[in-house]
Amino acid sequence: MRIVAWAAAAIVAVGCVILIYLVLGPGPTDYARGKRVAIADYRERNPTGVPADFKASGDLQRGEYLTKAADCVVCHTSKEGVPFAGGRAFVLPFGTLYSTNITPDLETGIGKYSDRNFLDAVHKGIGRDGAALYPAMPYPSYSLMSDADALSIKAYLFSLQPVRAPAPANTLIFPFNQRVLMRIWAAMFNPDKRFEPNVEQSAEWNRGAYLVDAMEHCGECHTPRNLAFALNNRKKFAGAIQAGWRAFNITADPASGIGAWSKEDLARYLSTGHATGHGTAAGPMGEAVDESISQLTGDDVAAMVTYLRTTPGVATADLHAIQDKPASDHHGEGLAADVAREGKSVYEGSCMGCHEWSGVSPGMPFATLTGSRAVNDPTATNVAQVVIDGAIRRDGDGLASMPAFGNGYSNAEIASVANYVTARFGGTASHLEARDVEKLRQQD
Amino acid sequence: MASFNLTVNGEAKTVETTADVPLLWALRDILGMTGTKFGCGIAQCGACTVHLDGKAVRSCVLPIGAIGGRRITTIEGVAASAAGARIQKAWLDLEVVQCGYCQSGQIMSAAALLTATPAPTDQDIDAAMSGNVCRCGTYIRIRDAIKAAAAS
Amino acid sequence: MMAPIDARERAQSSTNRREFLGASLATVGCLLLSVRMPAAGAAGEANIRFVPDAFIRIDHSGKVTLIMPQTEMGQGIYTAVAAILAEELDAAFDQIALEAAPPNDKLYANPLLGFQATGGSTSVRAFWMPLRRTAATARQLLVQAAAKQLKVDPSTLSTSNGMVMHSSSGRQVSYGSLVQVAQSLTPPKEAPLKDPKNFVLIGKPLKRFDTPDKVNGKVVYGIDAMPPGLKFAMLAASPVFGGKVKHVDDSKTLSMPGVRQVVVLGDLVAVVADHTWAAKQGLAALKITWDEGNNGQVSSDDIWRKIRASSLKDGAVAKNEGDVVAALKKGELHQAVYELPFLAHASMEPMNCTVHISASGCEIWVGSQVVSRAQGIAMKLTGLPADKVVVHNHLIGGGFGRRLDIDGIEKSVRIAQKVDGPVKVTWSREEDMQQDFYRPVYLDRLSASVLDGRIQGWKHRTTGSSILARWAPPAFQKGVDGDGIDGAVDNPYGLADFHVEYLQDEPFAVPTGFWRGVGPNNNVFAVESFMDELAKKSNIDPVKFRLAHLDKSPRFKTALEMAVQNSNWGSALPAGTGRGVCVSPGFGSCAAAVVEARVDQDGKVHVQRVVMAVDTGIVVNPDTIVAQLQGGIIFGLTAALYGRIDIEKGRVKQSNFHDYRMMRINEIPKIEIFIIPSGEAPGGIGEVGTTIAPPALANAIFAATGVRLRSLPIDQSLLAGKRSA
Ligand code: FES
Ligand code: FES
Repeated sequence: MRIVAWAAAAIVAVGCVILIYLVLGPGPTDYARGKRVAIADYRERNPTGVPADFKASGDLQRGEYLTKAADCVVCHTSKEGVPFAGGRAFVLPFGTLYSTNITPDLETGIGKYSDRNFLDAVHKGIGRDGAALYPAMPYPSYSLMSDADALSIKAYLFSLQPVRAPAPANTLIFPFNQRVLMRIWAAMFNPDKRFEPNVEQSAEWNRGAYLVDAMEHCGECHTPRNLAFALNNRKKFAGAIQAGWRAFNITADPASGIGAWSKEDLARYLSTGHATGHGTAAGPMGEAVDESISQLTGDDVAAMVTYLRTTPGVATADLHAIQDKPASDHHGEGLAADVAREGKSVYEGSCMGCHEWSGVSPGMPFATLTGSRAVNDPTATNVAQVVIDGAIRRDGDGLASMPAFGNGYSNAEIASVANYVTARFGGTASHLEARDVEKLRQQD
Repeated sequence: MASFNLTVNGEAKTVETTADVPLLWALRDILGMTGTKFGCGIAQCGACTVHLDGKAVRSCVLPIGAIGGRRITTIEGVAASAAGARIQKAWLDLEVVQCGYCQSGQIMSAAALLTATPAPTDQDIDAAMSGNVCRCGTYIRIRDAIKAAAAS
Repeated sequence: MMAPIDARERAQSSTNRREFLGASLATVGCLLLSVRMPAAGAAGEANIRFVPDAFIRIDHSGKVTLIMPQTEMGQGIYTAVAAILAEELDAAFDQIALEAAPPNDKLYANPLLGFQATGGSTSVRAFWMPLRRTAATARQLLVQAAAKQLKVDPSTLSTSNGMVMHSSSGRQVSYGSLVQVAQSLTPPKEAPLKDPKNFVLIGKPLKRFDTPDKVNGKVVYGIDAMPPGLKFAMLAASPVFGGKVKHVDDSKTLSMPGVRQVVVLGDLVAVVADHTWAAKQGLAALKITWDEGNNGQVSSDDIWRKIRASSLKDGAVAKNEGDVVAALKKGELHQAVYELPFLAHASMEPMNCTVHISASGCEIWVGSQVVSRAQGIAMKLTGLPADKVVVHNHLIGGGFGRRLDIDGIEKSVRIAQKVDGPVKVTWSREEDMQQDFYRPVYLDRLSASVLDGRIQGWKHRTTGSSILARWAPPAFQKGVDGDGIDGAVDNPYGLADFHVEYLQDEPFAVPTGFWRGVGPNNNVFAVESFMDELAKKSNIDPVKFRLAHLDKSPRFKTALEMAVQNSNWGSALPAGTGRGVCVSPGFGSCAAAVVEARVDQDGKVHVQRVVMAVDTGIVVNPDTIVAQLQGGIIFGLTAALYGRIDIEKGRVKQSNFHDYRMMRINEIPKIEIFIIPSGEAPGGIGEVGTTIAPPALANAIFAATGVRLRSLPIDQSLLAGKRSA
């Protein structure tokens, strides 16, 4: 009997040590040397609010800019639904969550929210009814947002047309449907502290940190999560799987991350979703570019780039330096045809028209495959997802779009063409199978 | 609006329009060269195939602003090339055509193939022609005609 | 031996001398003859004839012009009909010219349907006798004229290559020079027809009339017509069928480069611009809110629930022989239900119509299979008389039945009424696919009893939308749609106790239309799948089981034996590969086919080989027949492998070739065609391949995997990992 007791105690002890280790994890900018101060005590340009090069005609316009910077609309809008009216599904391993309606509708929206209610929701993840929000709503990151900015977003949201749209019921399995558990989780993993600029870093770096960590919450997709599903900032931006897409490593590591990107390429990618010699944003990243980053001013994008290029490099085991040489113009050269033969027959019929045998599009830079991380990813997750969902990229001189092949092509065909594409245009061949594609389809 | 100087079938042509206009529509609606056909607009059918510096490309997804100095060949001018003439003759000899709407695209893809690969195998033909849809189902004679042209 | 004239044709073609000459059109200086077409049979007749009258004009130069009410859309009828005319007239083939007939119901109306149309693979078949008789009469007149001129007895004269020759004196006279005299003579009662043994042109592969310009880019389809001052438009109708425009915000569109005008009508919106791309971009930038009407929530599930329920009721009896109720009690009873989805035409030439409405009238450039209806709708909308509405009927970039409807012309004329100057309205591929007249969903209920390998009783009820009820009401009598039962009533298996019913079930507001293969498509799929199932249940080889029922159908028996012999039927095949057979009536041809297909581990079907034998009567142009069968087979296989149109929230889900897939050159099986020599009147050939391929493929998949597919398209998930040993 005593052995059982001792064993239980030992497990609990080890559990506590792990828990403490996780809870005491570093904050998002702990890696940077230098003292941090409260915003009020920071003498350089204020990293919050709207940038100098944004000509706002009034509070509402500032609120709109900050709402875009915080990218609220993407999560709070269902497919072809009314913006901000909620209902978008988040398929998680333990059930499906639906985003809420944040239009000022009194019954189904946030019409009855006071400023205090709104700040509690954004900073603490506590709804007006006192219920704890699920961390799919990124309040651990939004807790860094200044009160003024949060309330400026609230003012903008309250200027919108109220829309009656009750959010569909969540379908989470036990114990994840227990809201009280979320309160405990928040207590442990939500520092609930506003952003503190680092006096030894430049004002531009601090603006970048505020935009990346507090507003755009890039870490919620790009930073891996620990056992307790909280952001593991020991491996900040080292990459993770989110909503069925692979959010790649965006640390400064030259091989796995974006260390080898030039500042100009990074700024162009963030603001248009593409940079020459690199890939094209699709899926959730495509939405972030379209609805949020492309709407930011040049200074703000430059600030984000400055900050992103200083995060410590973390290598990812399966991501090597990108192979970006064009493949041969001849279908038979470069790759033994027997790699994913089925994939080649799909490629020659439905893909070669835009992507050619070389992987370089004669007229649409967005359609060039060589140089893209997604094609240099042995899991081929994003290649399969973009084949299923398609993509729409808009930039200065027009629009380029890839059709969604998901309805017309089987899981086996999509897996095989993804394997063909990674083998022919990327560094390493992927080995996706039909059932992997089936799983990917259920994510989005 | 801007003006774009193109070389189409060896002739200099100037087109006044916006940079995003696909070459397909510049050829048809602005230059009145209606041999190149519209079938889908999303590079899935091949009916709009033209040559860009001798390579078969889909003109429905080729913005006029991206062409630069590259030479354009269309069905109206492909007979000037040896491969083009041989393909057109084989098409007539083997009575490939039914409704004919896809055939200018088929011939442009086949002519580019023959120029690059004088003796194409079945795999070469699949690689070059699978992007060209024929709703009338003339594929068997297309394959035979390409081989006949290669042998002529 | 004279070609055996189909008894029904002789009874109906009550031609008299007056009609032969079509006196009303005697243009000065040339011999003109009208070709009276037989009326189609009584309502409910298995195959509907669409062929109107035609006219032959021979002028001084000896040039023979056939004014063709039919439209060439790839099926090669121009060449075939020219060959028939040149053969019987003994004219030089290259002397034959063809002109597309202008729209004119008075001249070209089909007595049964009241208008002029191409379709149902009826062109060659219907022209065969009337054209030969008229040509033979013309030849007779020319010989009599020559006899008068040369003062010799007509019997000493012979004709060939457009010349009348008097062999004994070596003199010869050209047809052209005899026209003046011939015109004044009275045509003979019955001119003798050539003995098929002596055919010079018919039966030979002839170069087609329409191909040269289709190879050098000069051919002008409707979409290519470019009248001066042309503007370009793209349109969007309510994505929900029956919906209306509620509100349009065109502020952004009007500021876009190249955009000239936004036309808002009750049911559609169009953007008019300097070129089609600007129109397309302008259309995409419009913020349109639609009043979806009451179909906004309709889905394919609702449509299937409705047709499954209504198909349980009794249908209108189309055929009832013997005592089926009693027969079904003898032996073992089997029942099955077969279901086929909506299909889009997806012709390569998207729908389009160019219209110019001006003070002087309305001019239309389009490719239509019903050119007189096209004129008719324009007259109705504009209130202009016939002579003020000109329709230039262009070659069609793939009809397949889509151009039997005039919705495209109707919408374009309404748009053109708001635009000054000519406007070309082009459907985007998405609009073409989502505003089609779809091949209807069909549900076929079959029951049969089998005793010692013989079918005792057979009951077949086909349920689906009636296209004829909308398209040609006179042809839809007593609840039976002649097209709907085509391929069900003409069952080749000589069954004594035989019952066929038709039941109309309309799929909410989804428009339905003719689609290549028409009625036989679903009926032959059901009949031939069911025959395979009955053979399996009786433990008899599918070919033997069919042969045992074909003793009263020698033409089908010959076709089946020829297809089977040439397909190595019965020889061993690797695992996961199977052969399936199908016998197909319809269109006046008797055909059989064997399809060989492999199913891989993921359930993907690879069609490897198709062997088809067809008896289509006297062959006019063998080369065209092989091409039409290859194309038809690929058209059918494409539907079997990939074809489906789904309705979600009242809208069509599929939109372009990425989700409405086409077979491509790297998927095409070996196809071997065997044409059985026959003296019968020519049958239709444009649709037989489409009808025969899907059931043969479904039977091959059953042989390869043991999985019986009773609906199309093929569901790969049912076949994954099912490769039988
Ligand atoms: S129109 Fe360009 S590929 Fe179809
Ligand atoms: S010949 Fe008609 S689509 Fe190819």
